[in-house]
Amino acid sequence: MESIFFYATAAIALIGAIGMVLSRNAIHSALFLVLNFAATSVLYLMLNAPLLAVLQVTVYAGAIMVLFLFVIMLLNAENVSVDSHLRWQPIAALILGGLLLVETVVTVGRPLPLNPAGVTPETLNQLADPRVLAQFLFTDYLLPFEVTSLLLLVAMVGAVVLTKARPAQKRDQRRVRFADQVEGSEGASAVMSEPQGENRPVA
Amino acid sequence: MFDLVVLVILLPLLGVIVNAFFGRRLGERWVSYIGPGAVGLSFLVALILVLSLAGLPVDQRHHETILWTWIPIGNFQVDLGFLLDPLSAVMILIITGVGFLIHIYSVGYMHGDPRFARYFTYLNLFVASMLTLVLGNNFLVLFMGWELVGLCSYLLIGFWFERVSASDAAVKAFVVNRIGDFGFILGVMLIWTTFGTLHFTEVFEAAEKSLQSGAPVAIAITLLLLIGATGKSAQIPLYVWLPDAMAGPTPVSALIHAATMVTAGVYMMARSHVLFELAPFTGQVVAWIGAATALLAASIGVAQYDIKKVLAYSTVSQLGFMVAAAGMGAFGAAMFHLTTHAFFKGLLFLGAGSVIHGVHDEQDMRKMGGLRSSMPTTFWTFVVAALALAGIPPLSGFFSKDEILATASSQNIGIYLLLTIAAFLTAFYIGRQVLMVFFGQARSDVHAHESPRVMTIPLIVLAVFAAIAGFFNLPGVGSFSGWLGEQAGELNLAVAAISTLLALAGLGLAWLLYGRSPVQQDQRDPLAVRLGPVFTLLERKWYVDEIVDLTIARPFKALCSFLAGEMDLGIVDGFVNGVAWLVSLFSRWLRTIQTGFVRSYALAMLLGAVLLIVYVATR
Amino acid sequence: MAVSVTNYTVLSAMLFTIGIIGVLTRRNAIIVFMSIELMLNAGNLAFIAFSRAFGSVDGQIFVFFVLTVAAAEVAIGLALIVTIFRSKNTADIDDISTMRG
Repeated sequence: MESIFFYATAAIALIGAIGMVLSRNAIHSALFLVLNFAATSVLYLMLNAPLLAVLQVTVYAGAIMVLFLFVIMLLNAENVSVDSHLRWQPIAALILGGLLLVETVVTVGRPLPLNPAGVTPETLNQLADPRVLAQFLFTDYLLPFEVTSLLLLVAMVGAVVLTKARPAQKRDQRRVRFADQVEGSEGASAVMSEPQGENRPVA
Repeated sequence: MFDLVVLVILLPLLGVIVNAFFGRRLGERWVSYIGPGAVGLSFLVALILVLSLAGLPVDQRHHETILWTWIPIGNFQVDLGFLLDPLSAVMILIITGVGFLIHIYSVGYMHGDPRFARYFTYLNLFVASMLTLVLGNNFLVLFMGWELVGLCSYLLIGFWFERVSASDAAVKAFVVNRIGDFGFILGVMLIWTTFGTLHFTEVFEAAEKSLQSGAPVAIAITLLLLIGATGKSAQIPLYVWLPDAMAGPTPVSALIHAATMVTAGVYMMARSHVLFELAPFTGQVVAWIGAATALLAASIGVAQYDIKKVLAYSTVSQLGFMVAAAGMGAFGAAMFHLTTHAFFKGLLFLGAGSVIHGVHDEQDMRKMGGLRSSMPTTFWTFVVAALALAGIPPLSGFFSKDEILATASSQNIGIYLLLTIAAFLTAFYIGRQVLMVFFGQARSDVHAHESPRVMTIPLIVLAVFAAIAGFFNLPGVGSFSGWLGEQAGELNLAVAAISTLLALAGLGLAWLLYGRSPVQQDQRDPLAVRLGPVFTLLERKWYVDEIVDLTIARPFKALCSFLAGEMDLGIVDGFVNGVAWLVSLFSRWLRTIQTGFVRSYALAMLLGAVLLIVYVATR
Repeated sequence: MAVSVTNYTVLSAMLFTIGIIGVLTRRNAIIVFMSIELMLNAGNLAFIAFSRAFGSVDGQIFVFFVLTVAAAEVAIGLALIVTIFRSKNTADIDDISTMRG
């Protein structure tokens, strides 16, 4: 029963992953990834990690993927040409990826029982208890925990700074618009501003 | 109280900082207060210190101020420390006192120069360096001052660097000094390996205790130090830089090349007299070098036309007297002559500067003449200094020179003869100079004028000292040698009479040739007429520069151009360029790997990861 | 047949490999980025599986930190993509090859 459930979930996760890589449309990719994340979160539950399962759904499948979808739609980046001028790249990637897979399986593939001798049901219950997790987080791992908060803050500031339009860019945009109005031709704007994206409504 | 000695150095240094950073904004007026003011204050502090030093009993006149440990490397410990004792006391008084007067004089002399502030920056730096040199309590601090003085000398000689001759002379002075410094630093190193310390007191104590008279190591050390002294104090064979150094402003010549810097070598020998007394052989060498220099330079001075060149060779010659005295062990006499010389030679240079200033930058004595009436103050002070130099009693030069001659007469008759002839020539050339410059008719149509008061007052003050400084060491009046802890030289009446007569004879000969019938415009020098080719030989300075050029400079240049051309450009550069060519060839091929595609890079990373796992798993 | 840790680790390895292939083959920067997220997720799965196998909560803590880092990475990464898109008007990473030697 348990193994059937596992294989079903694992199959869904693999379908999500493969679908994400193969989809032409980025939106579809994102949705496949959500599927994968949901399947993994079920696996987490099966591994006695309910808190992380919930976090997986809310943070990953929820927040992060929504962010992805936002950006995809914002940039109209659903479709990017698939065929590559790096012709050997996909073949090499498949071969090397396959090698890596073989290697990992060989390395970590020794059978290891899910419930080894030393692990009692009591410890398993403790694993599932968010309070135990919290206790570790705020005692042994206090410093890394605080550092991650700093990391998030830096990331936030960085994202704001990166995406903020610089004054010079704004001026260029205005000048290009002005040139468009005066010349009324596409050639002028192309000469005046190399990146045509300036005219697009961005952010 | 005596720790205030630091102030003596710090005040001029403060002047350097202010003048260097704010000088141009402050303007000439403020700079001319700050530059001389810093040295003046330093002189006052030095005077107070020396007076209180004199108030102490003889055996307590030794005070060290240690600021911090400068170089602590294992057992190599060098302090930045200063030593105030009678010897350094004399030196700081000369440096700050004469230096102060020359600073004041410079205010007038350099008036209107576009680099006025820079000039005073250098001058203050020079005073600070020289004070470091004489106040240092170990050989390394002395060496620091020694090098700084060399640097300032370079800067000041080349002050008018637009003139090729000035910048050449600056380079020449620097290079020649460097040769001397090389010997000096080797001597210092030898001192350290021998005694394990560089501290003056410790070195001398150890030397007296452990070395016998004539010990080879003492001879080696003193010979190396002597090389340093010949560089700084312009002795054979390294004297060649000093006459050329006259390319700098005249007050600089007075300060550096007459009164202070060139005395560094004599001071250094006096400071380490304990070592020199342990090496009688070196003493002989030093004495002969000094005497030979005195005679050679005096003979060249006879035939020069440039008013400053005469004085330059005179300086070399007088330094020869001091060095000879030091070589004979009469360090008191050497220091005494150093002191009086600082007064009268500083005065002569300043007087010459005043003349040059008055006749609008003319330095050729053949175009001067008859300046007696138009420049009375300059004339009278110059005459006082000239008579002092010639050794006419009772002016200062007589006493100090006579002491040296008396020592020589009792110790080494050969040196005595050389020095006596040099003294005679000295009287002759300075008489010739006075007569050519101040007497007779003007030999050009320049309208001469007396210099401003800011220049003449230092002349008068110096003239007073040049006149009376001799009494500092007259038995019964003052005891300069006793102050230094030396035996007072007795007045040898016979020697004194001979040298006075010779001085008078020299002056008289000068009058016969140049005074009785003054040289007319475009007339040949009467001495040149009488001496013929010998005069040309002297005028061309015994062809020393040419000989040096032919025997040392040319082969050296040829070697250099061989090394620079065939060796460096051909082999060394060829090798380097070949390597660079190979590298660029290889990288041109290698850079095609950098496709710019992020995914290729990621692929390479994956390849690396796969290989790495293989390595880790199969290890 | 009971499910063993090996099942989970093999699944994790497969997901990871798929992520790598996605990174290496897709040209859309956003999909590349999502593939990276997939790789991180595969790593998380392995962490949790081992946490269970060794009865230790440390593995879960690491997953927690990976989640945080992933969140920060997404914020910065997407900001970079937006900025690049503004100046190049493309989300194709092969078009961004100005670093070619």
